[in-house]
Amino acid sequence: MGLKKILDNLKPTFSEGGKFSAFGSLFDAAETFFFVPNETAKARGAQIHDAIDSKRSIFFVVIALIPALLFGMYNIGLQHELATTGACATDACPCSAIWSNFLYGLAVMLPKIVVSYAVGLGIEIVVAQWKKEEVHEGFFVTGILIPLVVPVNCPLWILAIATAFAVIFAKEVFGGTGMNIFNPALVTRAFLFFAYPSMMSGDKVWVNGNYMDSINGAPAVDAVSAATPLGQLAAGEAVTASPLETIIGTIPGSIGETSVIAILIGAVILIWANIASWKIILSTFAGGAVMAYFLQYPDAQNFEWWEQLTVGGFCFGAVFMATDPVTGPRTESGKWIYGFLIGAVAIIIRVLNPGFPEGMMLAILLMNVFAPLIDYLFVQTNINKRAKRAIK
Amino acid sequence: MANVIKITKGLNINLKGKAAAQVSAAPTSKVYGLVPDSFWGMKPKVVVKEGDEVKAGDALFVNKLHPEEKFVSPVAGKVTLIERGDRRKVLSVQVEAAPQQAYVDFGKKDVKSLSGEQVKAALLESGLFGFFIQRPYAIVANPDDTPKGIFVSAIADMPLAADLDVVLKGNEPEFQTGISALSKIAKVYLGMKPDSALASTKDAEVTVFSGKCPTGNVGVQINHVCPINKGEVVWTIGAEEVIFIGRLFNKGIVDLTRTIAVAGSEIKEPQYKQVLVGARIRDIIDGNMNTDKKVRLIDGNPLTGMKTTEKAFLLAHSTEVTAIPEGDEADELFGWIAPRFNNFSVSRSYFSWLQPKNKEYVLDARVKGGHRHMIFSGEYDSVFPMDIYPEQLVKAIIAGDIDRMEALGIYEVAPEDFAVAEFVDSSKVELQRIVREGLDMLRKENE
Repeated sequence: MGLKKILDNLKPTFSEGGKFSAFGSLFDAAETFFFVPNETAKARGAQIHDAIDSKRSIFFVVIALIPALLFGMYNIGLQHELATTGACATDACPCSAIWSNFLYGLAVMLPKIVVSYAVGLGIEIVVAQWKKEEVHEGFFVTGILIPLVVPVNCPLWILAIATAFAVIFAKEVFGGTGMNIFNPALVTRAFLFFAYPSMMSGDKVWVNGNYMDSINGAPAVDAVSAATPLGQLAAGEAVTASPLETIIGTIPGSIGETSVIAILIGAVILIWANIASWKIILSTFAGGAVMAYFLQYPDAQNFEWWEQLTVGGFCFGAVFMATDPVTGPRTESGKWIYGFLIGAVAIIIRVLNPGFPEGMMLAILLMNVFAPLIDYLFVQTNINKRAKRAIK
Repeated sequence: MANVIKITKGLNINLKGKAAAQVSAAPTSKVYGLVPDSFWGMKPKVVVKEGDEVKAGDALFVNKLHPEEKFVSPVAGKVTLIERGDRRKVLSVQVEAAPQQAYVDFGKKDVKSLSGEQVKAALLESGLFGFFIQRPYAIVANPDDTPKGIFVSAIADMPLAADLDVVLKGNEPEFQTGISALSKIAKVYLGMKPDSALASTKDAEVTVFSGKCPTGNVGVQINHVCPINKGEVVWTIGAEEVIFIGRLFNKGIVDLTRTIAVAGSEIKEPQYKQVLVGARIRDIIDGNMNTDKKVRLIDGNPLTGMKTTEKAFLLAHSTEVTAIPEGDEADELFGWIAPRFNNFSVSRSYFSWLQPKNKEYVLDARVKGGHRHMIFSGEYDSVFPMDIYPEQLVKAIIAGDIDRMEALGIYEVAPEDFAVAEFVDSSKVELQRIVREGLDMLRKENE
């Protein structure tokens, strides 16, 4: 095998004492990217192992994100077209329009993905080298989540700063993948939300209207207005998008969050592959539904309570953020409570707090904090039961 | 009617090379070796010298902590070597077998007329007491303790494990005598499969378990029948070792002959062999192994066993010797995304869920992934059928928090109970090693 030979020949150069030992972690990452490690079990302990490893699990999350990513790209182009040409109903557009919208979105999206990965992985590789560890694959998911949870108009330099902040202060200071308390992608979003509020909310951020237009010759637009359903609700206006549009996703919003259908395809992949907890997803929807039913917008017109679950980042958060195993509860019973509270708190923030039209991000971050407490309840019950048994 | 307990958590791993129900005697080894490390938690004090003549049943070493606890030679012959390692640690005591076997006569005894103390004394004298494992700590039992029960599991459900129906065949009277003898020391709990031939065993409380691996682990059974509390001690002993005890009382001799499975994908004709404890692995394999690639020989089953070599001796508790591919030259490309149809996984990101249920897999000894912190949750839970939080317990051990380990129930477990969890773990944490360290840490603290 030629590639194996090349890697084997290069290995000494990158190992301890070699010429390029400073890039050892990078080399190691490349090697394990190509080949399953040949390391065999130690003399004691299980001599055979399941073929699953964290790399594969994590890449399956990335695969599950692809429908939302592809639809997000298309929607970038669509929203831009709607804003610049006035009107274009999806079904009336010829196929070529779908294709050109998608290409437009792809061109807008690629730099964001590249920036997110370059900044995040760069930091991870440096830290791994410093700690003399392997590069952990956790950021492959975070790196694709970050561009999906920001508005399309978020400038690249701000994205880079936010990513660096999240990777360093939400992840690496806690010890890296598997040790963080908060979901790094949500910390990125929260950082942007509080540090650059004008870039994250309002009416001006949802349609791409900057550099791309001059590149591909489309008419330049500056700061196009387009309101998300949640923005309209918070302002007390009527929601213009129909339920069908919010489910298909042809509405303004953060790039990955608009299409319920694309997200549910991802959910099916995650649940089927046993990577995300169906308990969390189901209970998040249950919590959201119960709270939305009892706590409706006081003056919303034509807005049914269940539509709450289809707009904003609710679906995306429930499927891809709440299910992060590291920042969620580790006990199976705890997952029910955790999900339910995320759904309920998200709706409470949306409806009752005038400052935040969207509550999903804050609800998940809040429950990240409480996840260990939820676990504590169940673990402590087990401990108490055992202690009581001993006294009897 | 025996109590029936259904266990839902667990995982059966269907490996290629299960032993066919055909028993033959393995050739006699020239040299037999008793390995003190087989008896975890024991400090050996060798009581023979090189050149001494011994009979089968004569002590080779005793436990320094309890000198009345003897460990005896499986064969008659001449002590040829006391093999020592670093810091003069005794690795094995080797006996060259004499052409004519002679046994120490311990005298036939009627178990019914014996008291618990007499049974215990007989077991200590004959070296069979060392086969007891106590919980907490999963070490050789302490003869000064009074166990609240003696647990025997007559289910062997680890992958490639020797089928107890084959092993016990023809040894039923000895098994019954052994159980009766144990019942003099403490209440005996016997766990068995549904429709087991052992259902009529007397002098024991029988519980029927049905479920996937590791239902056969005695620790799982204890946890369901009569969980261990802080301050309590239980003893466990393998079903095949009960036969040794039965032989002692029925025949008056120590006969450590056991039927083990020689199995695995790299064994040409997987089958059962009658061997003596301490036999050379080479003689047990007897050329019945593939040599066209690197093979990992395991003393025990692939989940809880230990890597061994042809030169080594069969460990005291082993019920099988297995051989699987080493796999360290596999160079598998793009493992994180390739379909890898021949791999077995509980994850549906592989395709083993599409394969017929009875498909047998050839698994090699690779770890198949990088070591990570625990990332995905619920993996251990789904294969850990005890009322214990395995992940939290392991984390308490890693943190060295002894109070929390105790609170979470470490005294109920042995490393083997974590074997299936270690198999499925996507973060590739060495759970059995960690649990062993935790148990030893706790023992040191409580001594």
